[in-house]
Amino acid sequence: MASSKTKKKPKLKTVSNNESIPSVETLQKLYREMLLIRRFEEKAGQLYGMGLIGGFCHLYIGQEAVVTGISSVQEPQDTVVTSYRDHAHMLACGMDPKGIMAELTGRIDGYSRGKGGSMHMFSKAENFFGGHGIVGAGTAIGAGLGFSHKYKEDGGVAVAYMGDGASNQGQVAEVYNMAALWDLPVLFVIENNQYGMGTSVKRSSAGQLYKRGEGYGIPGEQVDGMDVFAVQKTAKQALDYVRSGNGPYILEVMTYRYRGHSMSDPAKYRTKEEVANMKEERDPITALKGLMQDVGVDEAEIKAIDKEIKDIVNEAAVFAQESPEPDAHELWTDVLVEVQE
Amino acid sequence: MPTNILMPALSPTMTEGNLAKWLKAEGDKVEAGDVIAEIETDKATMEVEAVDEGVLGKIVVPEGTQGVAVNTPIAVLLEDGESANDIPSPTSLTPSVNTEDEAPLPSPTGRGRGPAKPEGLSGEGEGQNRDILYAQGAVLEPPPFDEAAFNEMQDMTVREALRDAMAEEMRADETVYLMGEEVAEYQGAYKVSQGLLDEFGARRVIDTPITEHGFAGMAVGSAMNGLKPIVEFMTWNFGMQAIDHIINSAGKTLYMAGGQLGCPIVFRGPNGAASRVAAQHSQCYASWYAHVPGLKVVSPWSGADAKGLMKAAIRDPNPVLILENELLYGETHSVPTSNEFVIPLGRAKIERSGSDVTIVAFSIMVGKALQAAETLAEQGIDAEVINLRTIRPLDRYTILESVKKTNRIVTCEEGWPFAGIGAEIAALIGEHAFDYLDAPLARVAAADVPLPYAANLEALALPQVEEIVHAVQKVCYKD
Repeated sequence: MASSKTKKKPKLKTVSNNESIPSVETLQKLYREMLLIRRFEEKAGQLYGMGLIGGFCHLYIGQEAVVTGISSVQEPQDTVVTSYRDHAHMLACGMDPKGIMAELTGRIDGYSRGKGGSMHMFSKAENFFGGHGIVGAGTAIGAGLGFSHKYKEDGGVAVAYMGDGASNQGQVAEVYNMAALWDLPVLFVIENNQYGMGTSVKRSSAGQLYKRGEGYGIPGEQVDGMDVFAVQKTAKQALDYVRSGNGPYILEVMTYRYRGHSMSDPAKYRTKEEVANMKEERDPITALKGLMQDVGVDEAEIKAIDKEIKDIVNEAAVFAQESPEPDAHELWTDVLVEVQE
Repeated sequence: MPTNILMPALSPTMTEGNLAKWLKAEGDKVEAGDVIAEIETDKATMEVEAVDEGVLGKIVVPEGTQGVAVNTPIAVLLEDGESANDIPSPTSLTPSVNTEDEAPLPSPTGRGRGPAKPEGLSGEGEGQNRDILYAQGAVLEPPPFDEAAFNEMQDMTVREALRDAMAEEMRADETVYLMGEEVAEYQGAYKVSQGLLDEFGARRVIDTPITEHGFAGMAVGSAMNGLKPIVEFMTWNFGMQAIDHIINSAGKTLYMAGGQLGCPIVFRGPNGAASRVAAQHSQCYASWYAHVPGLKVVSPWSGADAKGLMKAAIRDPNPVLILENELLYGETHSVPTSNEFVIPLGRAKIERSGSDVTIVAFSIMVGKALQAAETLAEQGIDAEVINLRTIRPLDRYTILESVKKTNRIVTCEEGWPFAGIGAEIAALIGEHAFDYLDAPLARVAAADVPLPYAANLEALALPQVEEIVHAVQKVCYKD
């Protein structure tokens, strides 16, 4: 919608503050990754609207810079876990868009053979441990991943994402305590998109979320989640801290989701102007695109990336519709690992 | 090619809605993510966003239209360079999701597609996966287990048997560790982990804060990433704090991950009533957890049960819950010394052979059932006593074979009767041995009340030997 006010073009503060401009390759890589998430989610929303995706479907549109920035500074041995708004985390872990989309449509070629759906997907190969539908549960599991890294001495860090809503769960406080007590290598990431479903952080949460670890001696920091370079830089420092054996760290990333909590959310709890302003003034992808243009990346190159991403997403959508539904016998498999007597 | 914009569904149950308002006009340029229209249902008003960029070529459904079916074309989007003249008749338009014919793509998960099998239940002998056949209700003869071959024995308490089993498995497998409240320096609230800290150190024997929900979730996370935790709950009553992780995280992940990663974990601790600790500390969870597919549940009675089931549980690649009993910890039994004494899960043991009536029990009730059998023998009733050992998967075969022989059955449990293990066995008998019964089944269970503190009331609430005797007399028509 056109705004009557003068439009403020999204700018990346980290870069306008005269910090060094990343290489063109880096800009293109981050742009490609964020755009993949956005186009994938838009397509998922469309397939949902056509009835091809069922149940709950929580889209990540607006938050792309968070997971893109953090994953760009992870090591291959690191593990990732998150809650139910998880498609982007899977894409950032390197999981195949086709397999993710086919899981959304409930087909046999989905990562969970159609048995998990939007909120429950995993990839052992890509160190992605879900995809959890119970708010707060993924955070305890993330602390357990950190425990396993320390136990195995494999140099890995567990990156445990939660939403602002989850940060109020009792088990989050429980694992802050244990993670600090045992110096576990865990980066707790709070994706603060300002609303836990329809309840704003102001109405649900006392104090500052990144300070919730203070009593346990866990350092915390707040970062602008609409600026991929700010996220990247802060995450790098946090991961270095954690990887060096200092114990956990809390990163509160301030972000915004453009869409409703899930597909059926009419978003009456916030104004249209609020959403429109975020899109116009803070959009992380538009800002990065602007920077690419400013440093002279050829318009044709940008268009080529757009086309490449569009093709990947369309291919995933086709794949997800052509893949067959799971065979009836799949109802019974994967309940238990069979024990050979 | 012009593409159709379709009426979207806002929820899985929505079939139609009203096109409230167009926010773009014909000829307007549209970017992906732009709001182009508002639609409303009886529940909400929602915005429709464009997925592709282009020009709004034609509005097919005007604003104000009521009852527009989901997936009806509401507008046509043109790509760069196209004009309204390019719009074909509505029926020949492609929807905006690309559905051109293409060769099927290989599976990105690399695991291939499931083999085509006929629908419905697995047939006789097909598949051979015992877990699946069990889930489908099959009665399977348990695999052979020559328990008598383990004949080097040593007297020890149930407590020591549990500890030795953990120690043996921890020596054999570096990924096994023990975690819980007071398991390390205190040597276990009930001294079950005595000596383990000394032998294995603080890395593998870990005292936790009093925070069951959190440490159970952490243990699950570590199990997903290659470790084999043994989680001790000081009692299963406190395990209720962690029930979400036991069921939702440990029990369901393998299925939700399409078999990619599971959760090899043991949750254990004392279950049921102890002595005078009243309602919040005295509850049997057998029926609760046996309800859940994806979990295995065992409940040892003897020292041999304790050792053999503990070792099986630790070696099992699935979540296994061990329901122990505080009052049994100090009882001494003859226990096989072998490192390889592993009792296969899903297999009951006939503790006493008999011909007149079957008594099925688990945990502390096995001892009471054996005492009842002695009393009954004096009255000329020859009772067979089955120790279930595993609650889930229940050894249906051994129970049914016994009932077919004795034609009478009494079930015993320390939990409440409603939807209890006895109720499940009653269903089993009803389904598979109805015609073999010479008397209705009888259940012995706790009184259907929270457990009282007063000594006399507690004794009244918990099932006693005399009640088993009476129940047997009743099903033998000798009361």
